[in-house]
Amino acid sequence: MGERAIAAEARDLTKDFDGKMAVDGVSLSVPEGSITGILGPNGAGKTTTIRMLLGIIDPTSGTRSLLGHDRPLEVARAVGYLPEERGLYPSMPAAEAIAFMGALRGLPIREGRRRALQLLQDAGHEDWAKKPIRTLSKGMAQTVQLLGTIIHEPKLIVLDEPFAGLDALNQQKLEQLIRDQSAAGVTVIFSTHVIAHAERLCERIAIIAEGRAVFEGDVDEARGKLRPIVHLRTRSESGPWQSALPQSAKKVGGEWRFELPASGPEPLLKALIDGGAGIETLSIERPGLHDAFIAIAGEAAAREMGHVPASEEVA
Amino acid sequence: MKLPETFRAAFVIARRDFTATVFRKTFFLFLLGPLFPLLIGVGMFGIGAQVDRNAKPPPVAVISSQQDFELLSAAREQLAPAADPLPMVELRHVIPEADLAAQKDELLSSADEPVMAVLDGGLTAPHLTGTVTSKDRTARHIRLYIDEARRMAAGPPLKAVKVQITQSKKMAGPQAARRVQTGRSGQALLFVLTILLAGMVLSQLIEEKSSKVIEVLAAAVPVDAIFLGKLFAMLATSLTGIAVWTVAGAFAIDSFKAGGVSSLTAPAVGWPAFIALIFVYFSMSYLLIGATFLGIGAHASTAREVQILSMPVTMGQLVLFGFASLAVGQPYSTVGIAAAVFPLSSPFAMIARAAEQPALWPHLLALIWQGLWVALILKMASAVFRRSVLKSGKSRRRWWQRKAA
Repeated sequence: MGERAIAAEARDLTKDFDGKMAVDGVSLSVPEGSITGILGPNGAGKTTTIRMLLGIIDPTSGTRSLLGHDRPLEVARAVGYLPEERGLYPSMPAAEAIAFMGALRGLPIREGRRRALQLLQDAGHEDWAKKPIRTLSKGMAQTVQLLGTIIHEPKLIVLDEPFAGLDALNQQKLEQLIRDQSAAGVTVIFSTHVIAHAERLCERIAIIAEGRAVFEGDVDEARGKLRPIVHLRTRSESGPWQSALPQSAKKVGGEWRFELPASGPEPLLKALIDGGAGIETLSIERPGLHDAFIAIAGEAAAREMGHVPASEEVA
Repeated sequence: MKLPETFRAAFVIARRDFTATVFRKTFFLFLLGPLFPLLIGVGMFGIGAQVDRNAKPPPVAVISSQQDFELLSAAREQLAPAADPLPMVELRHVIPEADLAAQKDELLSSADEPVMAVLDGGLTAPHLTGTVTSKDRTARHIRLYIDEARRMAAGPPLKAVKVQITQSKKMAGPQAARRVQTGRSGQALLFVLTILLAGMVLSQLIEEKSSKVIEVLAAAVPVDAIFLGKLFAMLATSLTGIAVWTVAGAFAIDSFKAGGVSSLTAPAVGWPAFIALIFVYFSMSYLLIGATFLGIGAHASTAREVQILSMPVTMGQLVLFGFASLAVGQPYSTVGIAAAVFPLSSPFAMIARAAEQPALWPHLLALIWQGLWVALILKMASAVFRRSVLKSGKSRRRWWQRKAA
């Protein structure tokens, strides 16, 4: 990653809306060609961060750069954006709406109309071309807007909660579109509060909670924030082997669950065997991004309220 | 972002707004809009005329000899053209009866053949009885009839002479009066169009905000371009409407008015220049007011809020219009010059001047002056728009608040 150029970067961005701090010192960097997810609960500051990155609003403090420019609108022609609150003119025909979005980003309107028809045809929706947006379903309108986001063949695509409001089939199609764009060398940034999408698509993530970026890095790095979980079933109900279990171990439905000790699985296994546990089954589960997210975002929220001392922070 | 890019983006937005407005069935209704007040006016005039005819006042009963009545009738005929188009009081002959007092009572109380009043006493001792005063119309007309009838009775009337009439284009007095009227009409037209059409830009903005398109636009182009695009799209729409109304109006005058368009009193600068100036001054006025409205619209999120917020601006416009109308007929007075100089009233004052004064150079000066103010107000309104419409811009906290934070 160190060798790749940076497509988008934020340094200590803050946004104060009349005394309310919506974003408080967010930093992140997005390598060119990567798929980066911005994760966070609703109201965490994801959208405000994206809007500042794109130059829709100015930050109260901090710096940002987009495709090497510190004035994001100067590179608007190379950027595609799908906002969280979808916006299309209700009376505009679908193809015209797609072409209009291209025209906004410098694509000649005739070329835009040609490409719009092509995109609709490729997506198997050529019959939508002349239909006014108001006659389309929410999912259809979202697809139209998504096509408008890529019509001018941008180098960077920013999608704010792109999966919201889509059914399972369309979510799958959208995931494929993101993969296709990435394969074509396009940098993709998307925000979501559904971890599964990020887990399937992203190589990098940034977690924002209560206006602060509490994590930024590779997905594996995020997973590494949590220790693997051990699932253990024993024939012996009690015995000296129990001293090998950490204090946080819990018994759920006849199964012991606990974090793998820092010393690793071998000393644990030895202590269990020597203590006469009679191991029936033992499995070590690698934590998912979902667990990592809850741990990180939850911890951040706790820190915001002052419940977690700094010494207890996850390394 | 470079200026040409801002203009390019503004053009894209303006083209969308213009086509979305003009190429719609509803725009046809918009074009028909001015017809409704005209139709209502014509309808009201027709009804009024009918009511007027039905409400023709009853005649005055004249108890007199046949000879006196004929003289009075002849006098009435003689005087009638002078009162045209207003009707003269009508007369009805009644033969005198023995009991004059009873006859007068009977005439005045008759419901079948009502009369306004009863005249008796002939031409030498005329006596008018009824619910009339010496100053009202019936009494005044009767006095005129009697005077004229007595002159006719005194001797043969003078031989009528024909007044030779020669039309001249040198009619400074009446023409000046008509040009003042043209100036007032031009001013009123400009004011009504500005208020009506500048308000329309607001509804567009509300549509944009409610459909969230504004976010898509703001991510792609500078907010200044959105502002300019919307403003100029509505200006182009308005000018399209005005052009259609002007042509239709000229056609209607040509079709229905004797002598057609050429019979109208030409404004001092001539019709072509006057019409061109109406378009230019409308544009200036629209940009000044429209920019203000757009700045207001950025603060509002619903049509109701827009109505509430735009009310003070509309009232302010009325004051400016009143100020500019004081300048009509006195372009070189202090008020006239002040109204022409003050940027927001300048378009109204100058269009009236175009009707009254032939010089064109003051218009060039005024347009440069108004253009400067348009640029300044657009800049200011655009900044307000940018700050409000997207809650953008730097923090509005003051330096001491930031220091404390």
